[in-house]
Amino acid sequence: MPSAPLLLSQAFNGLALGTLLALVSSGLTIILGTLGVLNFAHGALFMLGAYAMYVVIAHTGSFLLGILVGAMFMLVVGVLLERILIRLFYNRPHEDQILVTFGASIVIVEAVRAVFGGNSQHVPTPGWGEGIARIGFLFYPLYRLELIGIIAALLLLLYLILYRTSIGLVVRAGIEDARMVGILGINVQRAFLLVFAIGVVAAGVSGMLYAPIVSVQPDMGGNFLVEAFVVIVIGGLGSYPGAVVGGLIAGEIISITSAFDSAYSDVMLYAVMALLLVLRPQGLFGSEGRV
Amino acid sequence: MRARFWPELAMAAVLLAAPLILPDLGFSFDLLQRILDWGLIGLGFDLLFGATGLLSFGQAAFYGTGGFVAAYLLVSHAMSSVALALLVGTLAAGLFGLVVGWLAVRRIGIYFAMITLAFGEMAYFLENSPLARFTGGENGLPGVPVPQLGGLKITPGLPMYWMLALLFFVGFVLARRILHSPFGAVLRAIKENTARAGMTGHSVPAYKLAVFVIAALYAGLAGGLLGVFQSYMPPDAFALDTSGQLVVQTVIGGVGTLVGPLVGATLWLWLRDNLQQVPLVGALWKLILGLIFVVLVVVLKRGIAGEIRWIFSRRRRAATEAGVPEEAGEDAAAMPVAAPELPLRATLAVTREDAPALRAIGVSKFYGGLHAVEDVSFDVRTGSIHAVIGPNGAGKSTLFKMLKDEVSPTMGEVLLFGHRITGLGPTRTAQLGIGKSNQLNQLFLDLTVAENLRIAALARARGTFRTDLWRAADSIPAVERQVAAAMETVGLTHRAGVPVHVLPYGEKRRLEIGIALAIGPNVLLLDEPLAGMSPAERVSTRALIREIGRSRTLLIVEHDMDAIFELAERITVLYEGRLLADGTPEEIQRNQAVQDAYLGGLHEHEPA
Repeated sequence: MPSAPLLLSQAFNGLALGTLLALVSSGLTIILGTLGVLNFAHGALFMLGAYAMYVVIAHTGSFLLGILVGAMFMLVVGVLLERILIRLFYNRPHEDQILVTFGASIVIVEAVRAVFGGNSQHVPTPGWGEGIARIGFLFYPLYRLELIGIIAALLLLLYLILYRTSIGLVVRAGIEDARMVGILGINVQRAFLLVFAIGVVAAGVSGMLYAPIVSVQPDMGGNFLVEAFVVIVIGGLGSYPGAVVGGLIAGEIISITSAFDSAYSDVMLYAVMALLLVLRPQGLFGSEGRV
Repeated sequence: MRARFWPELAMAAVLLAAPLILPDLGFSFDLLQRILDWGLIGLGFDLLFGATGLLSFGQAAFYGTGGFVAAYLLVSHAMSSVALALLVGTLAAGLFGLVVGWLAVRRIGIYFAMITLAFGEMAYFLENSPLARFTGGENGLPGVPVPQLGGLKITPGLPMYWMLALLFFVGFVLARRILHSPFGAVLRAIKENTARAGMTGHSVPAYKLAVFVIAALYAGLAGGLLGVFQSYMPPDAFALDTSGQLVVQTVIGGVGTLVGPLVGATLWLWLRDNLQQVPLVGALWKLILGLIFVVLVVVLKRGIAGEIRWIFSRRRRAATEAGVPEEAGEDAAAMPVAAPELPLRATLAVTREDAPALRAIGVSKFYGGLHAVEDVSFDVRTGSIHAVIGPNGAGKSTLFKMLKDEVSPTMGEVLLFGHRITGLGPTRTAQLGIGKSNQLNQLFLDLTVAENLRIAALARARGTFRTDLWRAADSIPAVERQVAAAMETVGLTHRAGVPVHVLPYGEKRRLEIGIALAIGPNVLLLDEPLAGMSPAERVSTRALIREIGRSRTLLIVEHDMDAIFELAERITVLYEGRLLADGTPEEIQRNQAVQDAYLGGLHEHEPA
């Protein structure tokens, strides 16, 4: 049995990983819920965000500028991707949508590899994030602690956009019935573009924020893609609250399990998913029959 | 299916000629072996994705399982026979496929891809750490011995190529047999129209699970061979990239062609090996392939092998499509005078002689606060033609769906010859002898007319599920007689070989009835059979309905009142979800409430 401080510290790690997974998954789930497209390129876009941060920091040294410029860059990428590729696939079978986004992810990953090489790059922790925080008897890297707060704020911002604005209303109505929204005379195409772009920015910003903690390399997104899938299967397809709660649950499962035996940390996540598929196939917040 | 063996012969020729020609084109024996290995796992994957439409991103799980089980048994000296170890590995992969498949096949489309991907990753992590004691973790298992044949070692190089080529060839022949078996016909039906395949009486989940296990077995054998031919079992067999590469190779090579994965692997691996030698573009080989892949998905969906097959079949296709006239206005003449007897019929299980064919007892369907159907009870007498009428939104279609248990009633129950069928689902009720044609056509569009009807007849002949993988789909005499009889009854004999999507609307409509008929029902439900038909077609279809009503119980929903009063012996009237009247046509015609409902007397806002 692991000691209490270890468990507590792992619970904190779980929170940090969980909020990050929540942000990544919420981008995936609003695209899935509104457009009905499962974006296999989400992991590659996460990676692209991390590289955007790496480039801006290498030139300016400013983390904040990295986030701002990076987010703008991801917005452009999202808009281009939707306009050029994704919109051709709204009326094609799910299998085709999966294939084309999967293809897009290969192209993005390989393009980054061609430009930056396959070696891992280092993104420095911003000045305000250096050092160790002390909470009671627990010592914790300051940046990771701040990250929890930053991502929580971003999730709140996303919540406000989705639930407190008229654009969000269109988006949520689109999740329920995109055709009906169109019949009401609202430009669904533009709402779709917006949602896709927001989802891409969410993936990219997650990558930017995570960049200082990990080594940045072209294949870093794959693992996050799969974990985001698990999160939205747990939380319920297309559900924003499901993505947030599912992300936190997934983060805690991985971190707490590794306090006992790190060999099982990822396996346990999938085991929980399998269990949920048997007991509650629509996920925690999902409704049967949607998507 | 006529006995056409030229694909097998061509494949044999290619496999025999490859080691003579290809080494000069930059293919080493190692490369050829890899291509065959990818082709082998691809055979199973194409049955799963190409034939059945199930896109799995987790085939690496079974590839790795087969590989590591076989490799561990050999390396640990638990087994000395390579063949036996390969067999055990293959079966282990199949068993794992059974478990994952059981969880995955109940979900469709997006869910299926996500779940298979997640289980693939789970297998990767299992191999990597908890099971590292057996699998070597990140190092994999080196020292896998080569197989022996009568004391003769099958060494790497040409002998190993022959072994792989032989195994691939056997796998190819088997996959083709499966594809053209009754089992394979059902797989194609599931891809074309999953709901209708279930409605005709095939257990869709059972078939999906079976083909998932078959794909896992192919992957398991390929995985085992990977360890054997390179004397080393690598952990990246389990990696996500393996599953992804398989998908890409299959799409590039051609989905649904069986050879597609082999062709795709040839291109992928040859480009990788040879582009890497070229300066400047060397590092870009995967980017180039990625771009080719995206273009193929967007524009040319058939892939390389699919495109070649399409070009070769163009002449034949042009011939069949030229045989379709503009619009069948005069095909009242094509209708038979008397419908031939169907050889296959559902067995009647009559509890009491006087039990009605169908009895609805207080059936209701509520969608939240909406009461679509409320407390409706009526009997359908055996052997009668019975009509259900009512204004739009009266709940007729919902009632029909409950009579076949496509939707289960919120309250109440339905009895078929005295047996409760509520809760059994549309597949079981089809097997029990309820056929249904739908308001909107539910056809297998890419299959021919005969194939469409065969899907239905096979459900009657074979039951909900059977693994008859080796016989040809059209080799069951009773099924073929049934197809011919159903085709003649609906007047489509001259269209037997025509793909359904090119048929004119009226003929599609008749095929819709034909499919319901070909399952050999005792009770046939027809939901608006005349909808959208021209006046001439209506006349012939009315004759058709009267004809097929001679030998079975018929229940019709229809808006065409002339047709109803001509055909029906008894009429049930629904109004706003409730039963308004039930009686003979004369009684209904005289019924004041019915007149009011149709003339708008009950509610002023109700359109006539």
